[in-house]
Amino acid sequence: MITVEPPATRAERLRWALSDTFVIAGRSYSQLRAQPGQIAAELVAPVIMTVLFGYVFGSAISLPGGGDYRNYLMPGIFMQVMALSAVAAATSVAEDMARGIIDRFRAQPIARGALLAGRSLADLSKDWLSLAMMAVCGLLIAGWRPRGTPLETLAGFALLALFGYAMIWLGTYIGLFVKNGAQADAATFGWLFPMTFLANAFVPLEGLPGWLRAIADWNPMSAVVSAARELFGNPRSAAASWPLQHPVTASLCWSLLIIAVFAPLAVRRYRTAASR
Amino acid sequence: MIHAEGVRKRFGTTEALRGVDLDVPRGSVCGLLGPNGAGKTTMVRVLTTLLRPDGGSARVAGCDVVGDAERLRYRIGLAGQHAAVDELLTGRRNLELFGRLYHLPRRTARRRAEELLERFGLTEAANRPVRTYSGGMRRRLDLAASLIVSPPVLFMDEPTTGLDPRSRLALWDELRALVAEGTTLLLTTQYLDEADHLADRIAVMDAGRVVAAGSPSALKAKVGGDRVSIAFRDAADLAPGVEAVRGVLAGEPEIDAAERRLVVPVSDGAASLVRVAAALDAAGVGVEDLGLRRPTLDEVFLALTDAPAREKEAA
Repeated sequence: MITVEPPATRAERLRWALSDTFVIAGRSYSQLRAQPGQIAAELVAPVIMTVLFGYVFGSAISLPGGGDYRNYLMPGIFMQVMALSAVAAATSVAEDMARGIIDRFRAQPIARGALLAGRSLADLSKDWLSLAMMAVCGLLIAGWRPRGTPLETLAGFALLALFGYAMIWLGTYIGLFVKNGAQADAATFGWLFPMTFLANAFVPLEGLPGWLRAIADWNPMSAVVSAARELFGNPRSAAASWPLQHPVTASLCWSLLIIAVFAPLAVRRYRTAASR
Repeated sequence: MIHAEGVRKRFGTTEALRGVDLDVPRGSVCGLLGPNGAGKTTMVRVLTTLLRPDGGSARVAGCDVVGDAERLRYRIGLAGQHAAVDELLTGRRNLELFGRLYHLPRRTARRRAEELLERFGLTEAANRPVRTYSGGMRRRLDLAASLIVSPPVLFMDEPTTGLDPRSRLALWDELRALVAEGTTLLLTTQYLDEADHLADRIAVMDAGRVVAAGSPSALKAKVGGDRVSIAFRDAADLAPGVEAVRGVLAGEPEIDAAERRLVVPVSDGAASLVRVAAALDAAGVGVEDLGLRRPTLDEVFLALTDAPAREKEAA
């Protein structure tokens, strides 16, 4: 006969909340180990993008300020990979809902918020792995070279990962509204992917018509890309707007804002979400 | 063990529960029966703290579903309509994971997983990912996952939907064994034979209300008592047959000439059957089939839930 009583003290409650978070993260880790090809499969598309833009479209793009286009491109590709981590987060949480696993978790005495926190941490470590793999691809395929100090390079990746973490929370929130994985994919990829092009990730913004340029200037993705370029010492195009003149500050603000909005929303939604 | 009073829940403009009362004594099985959309699942979700009721009150295992939800979650097991297990992980890893989320120490969680795999005949498949399991195996793993903390109260929402007959019978045996060990069980089902076989008490739900409750036999008695049913061999046997039956039975016979069939309500069951058999034999009437019929739960169900009337109302 196995019986368990709820935590008696505040310290024990906190310890269990942490334990829940790590157990959930451990589950994601086991899932990843069960399909080792998953990360590599998710990186096929960005590698193709690297080749397509680096060597095909890029051959027709010349940077207004001069500089090597492929070195300009890679931070854009990194950002795109981070932005699309929302898709995987939305899909997996929607699948869990559809299968009733979320119901089972919610009928168990799991600390409030621990389930989503655990998942987001696991997704974040997956983002770091993706960044590392894409960096190697960039070095090998595109001749990408970070020219900043090692610390600046690390800071660049940290800023990208923070943006990835923000997108994980955004994706999680969306995933809690849809019926299944396919819908989650449509509800995230469908607008995030085009949005990565409405930014300075692939082309300099100088040639855009004014209204479109204003959108691209204030697109959080542009700030992230500019910040990464600055920290990596890669070529940047001229910055006409505040976010692109202060990209590190701007991208930090954007990412923290997205987390501050969507993490609490997602936790609230999780507590009432019904499986269908 | 489960006590609910006037539980109400509304989704937008739909009233899913319109004041449900439910009382399930310790160690008994309550079958929640009803058509789709009757509110069975909603009721289970309220009782398992997944939904907060808009009105009324409910206690499970001594804990209020709203005020004492956390303590309650340590005392219940829930097996929903889906086999809610992780497809990618192995059966063993699934059970360890759920055990750890009940805050069992790692070693205890491992031992408990082992015990449950053994009990549900999954030891051999323990190290295979769940996606390779059959439907019956998944259900067993799901049930195992809901039993990790030996819950005094177990909720099962349509536990045998989609199972083949053999797996279904095996699951029934499992549930009976759990109840014999003292578990209180609330199960929802659309299968009347399931409720009939497992439940001590049945609550029939329709349109967000409990429209009838009682033991299976009491519910059957409510719809009507026993009946003697006779099928004659030839059309010519019908008239003398009716004559003979009228001679020994007081009830008004219901005659279906096309089917050469006669049904008479009786109060003393088998004794009436013997008298009818003797009278028909004496009259020399050819009989194809003769029997005592009790109302099935299907008839109870249809009589109580009155689906056609409701459809008319909606149209």
